[in-house]
Amino acid sequence: MTRISRRGLLRSGAAAGVLAATGLPLRAQEAKRGGRLVAGLSGANSSDSWDGRTHSDIFMSAAAHGAVFDALTEVAADGSLKGELATDWEASPDAKVWTFNLRQGVTFHNGKPFGADDVIESLQLHVAEGSKSAAAPIVSAISEMRKTTEHQVQFTLESGNADFPYLLSDYHLLIYPAGQIDEAIANGIGTGLYRAVSLEPGVRFVGRRVDSHYKDGEAGWFDEIEYIAINDNTARMNALLTGQVDAINRIDFKTEALLKANPQVAIQEVSGNQHYTFPMLTNVAPFDDVNVRRALKHGVNRQELVDKILLGHGIVGHDSPIGPASQYVADLDPIPYDPDQSKYYLKQAGLTELNVDLSASNAAFEGAVDAAQLYQASAAAGGININVVQEPADGYWSNVWIKKPWCACYWSGRATEDWMFSSAYEEGVPWNDTQWDSKDSARFQELLITARAELDSDKRREQYGEMQRILRNDGGVIIPMFANYVQALKTTVGTPETIGNLWQMDNARMAERWWDTT
Amino acid sequence: MSSLLRIIAQRLLLGVLTLFIVSIIIFTAVNMLPGDFAQAILGQSATDEAVAAIRRDLGLDQPPITRYWVWLTDTLSGDLGTSFAQANFASFTGSETGGGTTVMAQIAPRFENTLFLAGVTALIAVPFAVGLGILAALFRNSAFDKGSNMFALTSISSPEFFVAYILILFLAVLNPILPSLSNIYEGMGFGERLQKTLLPALTLTLVVTAHMMRMTRAAIISLLASPYIEMARLKGMKPMRVIVHHALPNALAPIINVVALNLAYLITGVVVVEVVFVYPGIGQLFVDSVKIRDIPVVQACCLIFAAAYILLNLMADILSILSNPRLRHPK
Repeated sequence: MTRISRRGLLRSGAAAGVLAATGLPLRAQEAKRGGRLVAGLSGANSSDSWDGRTHSDIFMSAAAHGAVFDALTEVAADGSLKGELATDWEASPDAKVWTFNLRQGVTFHNGKPFGADDVIESLQLHVAEGSKSAAAPIVSAISEMRKTTEHQVQFTLESGNADFPYLLSDYHLLIYPAGQIDEAIANGIGTGLYRAVSLEPGVRFVGRRVDSHYKDGEAGWFDEIEYIAINDNTARMNALLTGQVDAINRIDFKTEALLKANPQVAIQEVSGNQHYTFPMLTNVAPFDDVNVRRALKHGVNRQELVDKILLGHGIVGHDSPIGPASQYVADLDPIPYDPDQSKYYLKQAGLTELNVDLSASNAAFEGAVDAAQLYQASAAAGGININVVQEPADGYWSNVWIKKPWCACYWSGRATEDWMFSSAYEEGVPWNDTQWDSKDSARFQELLITARAELDSDKRREQYGEMQRILRNDGGVIIPMFANYVQALKTTVGTPETIGNLWQMDNARMAERWWDTT
Repeated sequence: MSSLLRIIAQRLLLGVLTLFIVSIIIFTAVNMLPGDFAQAILGQSATDEAVAAIRRDLGLDQPPITRYWVWLTDTLSGDLGTSFAQANFASFTGSETGGGTTVMAQIAPRFENTLFLAGVTALIAVPFAVGLGILAALFRNSAFDKGSNMFALTSISSPEFFVAYILILFLAVLNPILPSLSNIYEGMGFGERLQKTLLPALTLTLVVTAHMMRMTRAAIISLLASPYIEMARLKGMKPMRVIVHHALPNALAPIINVVALNLAYLITGVVVVEVVFVYPGIGQLFVDSVKIRDIPVVQACCLIFAAAYILLNLMADILSILSNPRLRHPK
């Protein structure tokens, strides 16, 4: 298998399961100012607001993180990290103390100048009493935030973390004006390229370009942007086909051919870190036996799942959650579908056949029940009898996930290896959906801690590589596939050569990075 | 006339009782659904502490009867409360409910949109259906009668979304006359708003026409055998005049009833059409709220829906009484 570079994972068009290392064809060389972007996006709710702590889907992350607000750092389209409200940063040798220099001369949309207090107060929101922020673990790992000068902040971490600047690019960690946070959340007052004109929760967002901005000449080409909430797949496709919107996210694979047939529409597809999984609880029999887990790993035909569930819009996974949009993705040996291997490992476990329940619902991911049934069919040849239990979609995450011994699940993936591992594979964390801990692999937990504070990139590559191999061989999770992000836009919209693959819609930054070519 | 007023008062009183019962049923039903607001809003990120924190903030840890009682007393004093979603954010920001959006404020613009769509549809559908019904009665058993019956029955038998897609295909994709996206918003000009509303209104027209048209036709035809119609015909009156002047006034009561029923449907039953056309009406808000178990919003929507049925039925009854001298002057 060829090495997957994180820059090369773009393709326009199909070619099922094959990754062509080419960029999107260049449509226009020069970005230019002007015009209006109208995007139809899913993932909007009547409960949406400008509070970054509550953002969980593309509509608000594109409106807030991608247009109205800035964070300290930003993941560029090619996956590298660059400063947003911070210009540069440096770490102490143990990666525990981080000093960030902040951008000077930046003002909020209400005219208030930006400084160190804004950073400190905005981050503290996430650990405030009673906060339910998804980014709380990032901020609670900071033991001290100190304003050293008006434009410099020093963070002291509880333990060293080489990825800390990456974590600050998270879309929950928006910077609000200090002392006016309530007002900023009510009206959408940030430092971003677009001023919030109106937000009707679950319906519509309109933003207008600010007159001058520190990103001038690099980003923010449209005069005005409008995001329309279209949660229904067919309505979204119709809106694009009838020309009422310029771009849509998450196209429906079943009707993709219709979009392709339209010469005014281009499909944009990138492989990212989003993956679909079947986690098993490794502290519950029979999954506590590593041989049973290995038998199950060989019982699934991964390519078949990519072909039939994702209709080719994805790549095969090898039971490691580190996807192609990651820095240290390891070149793992594929896990072949092999009933004989399944039988062999069952024998190792002292079994002649295995009877297990697999809980699934389409709440886990679109097609999860079908995927479970395909798994059932392929595993049977290896002596594994899977009983597919169809669970109700309502309350799936509360009543089934991490409660039932084996179920279907999805992860949108994380920007860094450490973030992914410490969300779902670190001993004792609440989302550890395989109950993976040092009884399974003490080495894995040890590497997780050492790699986190390691500033040497080569050493980290080695350490994360070993961790991925441990999960591939012994882990409690089946990760058969990584699902691509597939979106469509009018050919009149200009896009840069490289499209971000961390989140949908060019990392939700289409308002910044795309432009109008007409 | 006093008897009419008495009927109205009686019916309004019964209406209030109905609303009360509806609210109990809805509250019980939503509580019986698996999961609650805290679990629904947190989804995959639901940890026990976070769920408990949200429940505590919103009073979801109280027993259902207490919660219902609090809601009922608030509602009776005219306060529909704050939606869970908004209250949850208020507790997030720590800013109490300061300026937080109330259920009323959340529903009002959506309900206005729904009324607008219902109004436009009614303006098209009612004259169209009644007119078609009269013509069908006039030319009954002709090719026109059979054709219009078939057309109406076909459109009512097809699922709404199918009718919607067919219209989109012909009026938006193949011949781009009308927009397929009806995302109206505040501050939009009336003309543009009307244009954007036209496709969903046409879809709904096709859906509700059959019921009204066939009732009109049947009501008129059943009268055509009566002696006074015979008399009018023997006088040498033109068939059209016989129907419009003599048959129609006596057929009004059932027609009005069916029209009222369909108008109520236009207010309460258009969720599918709203989703297909991305129309920001109350139906979408209602479905979203059920999805996240946002009981205050669900309750308020249901009260509105129930009230729409009660009031429109009441109006239909009053109008049928007024249209019928025998009912107007009971012995």
